[in-house]
Amino acid sequence: MKAGIYGFLFAMWILILIGGGIVVTLLGPITITGYGDMNWFIGSVIKAVIAIILVVIWILILSKIKNWIFKKEIKS
Amino acid sequence: MIDLVIPAFVSCIIAFFVVFVTIPPLIKFLEKRNMAVKDMNKKEDIMVVRPGGPSIILGIIVSEIVLYAFLQLNEIIAIIITTTAAFAIGYVDDRKVMGGWFKPVALAIAAIPIIAFGVYDTNLAFPLFGEVQIPALYLGLIILMIPITGNTINSIDVLNGVASGFMVITSFSLSICLFIVQNYEIAIVSLPLAFVSLAFYKYHKIPSKIFPGDSGALTLGAMYGSIAIVGGVEIIAAVALLPAVINSFLFLSSVKRIVEHRQIKGKPVDHTDDFKLKATDDKTAPVTLVRLLLAGGPLSEKQVGFTIFKLAIFSGILAVITAFMMGVSI
Repeated sequence: MKAGIYGFLFAMWILILIGGGIVVTLLGPITITGYGDMNWFIGSVIKAVIAIILVVIWILILSKIKNWIFKKEIKS
Repeated sequence: MIDLVIPAFVSCIIAFFVVFVTIPPLIKFLEKRNMAVKDMNKKEDIMVVRPGGPSIILGIIVSEIVLYAFLQLNEIIAIIITTTAAFAIGYVDDRKVMGGWFKPVALAIAAIPIIAFGVYDTNLAFPLFGEVQIPALYLGLIILMIPITGNTINSIDVLNGVASGFMVITSFSLSICLFIVQNYEIAIVSLPLAFVSLAFYKYHKIPSKIFPGDSGALTLGAMYGSIAIVGGVEIIAAVALLPAVINSFLFLSSVKRIVEHRQIKGKPVDHTDDFKLKATDDKTAPVTLVRLLLAGGPLSEKQVGFTIFKLAIFSGILAVITAFMMGVSI
């Protein structure tokens, strides 16, 4: 079981690294033009929505990994 | 950097000794007032006083004020106010049972001084890939970060010495990471957190003479979160905190709502005849880090505590690797 928890920790770390890459490459370049003073606000809302979607995906992947690792550990 | 050696040394000594010296009279004071709870993981009816939060916050405030005298940083003021607010929130919860939403909402409000003092950088730094500018989103991150770190440390405070010992390892890891990313001033500001935790651990380790209570755990967690924000090391701080994050994640994903531990009816952990801890088969009980550690078989309270410390060391190493990766871009 202990090995599984270390594996889960490591998987979380890798997911953070990959997630960081996605955030920088996806969210970073987003700029909105054509709405005057609202550009900043609309850009932020779009970034927030994408960030929330990414966090939800991150949690779903983590749940799958958790089930996979710990079910495998309990079976062995 | 040489100029920072004396403030660092003085503040660490003060942080350690303020807590170390004030805990024994606090224990006597709490005993006289009968502010004690049963240690559930002991065979005998052992009562342990709580909360140790007042000594912890005193150590933090005094040492950080000394640091402010040397460094004159607004960051220190913001950290002191946010941490003190977290202590007050925890103290209210120690004295009166509050609803599950009280702490997250109140801790979100406690984060406001960080925004008011403007002691944050809206660029969120990631290892290998660089930074992303998220001005509005970052404000939301600040509001979320303090409740998350506060409650995460609070949720790991389940066995003798675990919360304080875990904080010793995690906050030293964070300080090392701040030195690696060359944020020397905030690294110095973060050191008292580790020394306060170390002094408290002396009395909190098994068998505990005092429990930190919500006031102590929220103080430690909120200060950790504040340092992560003002130091611009949010991702590194999250990595160092991973074992506690896993605990909260497992709890929330099994309970599927924000709820106080005391509101949960199912028991995740029980005792064997020789009073070792064992995982239960109760399907209504939440999944926690301790329950997972016990899935392989019963362990003593001390063994579970040391296993959690080993996990904290492992995630601390990952945090240090992450800090080194901050300087690399692909």
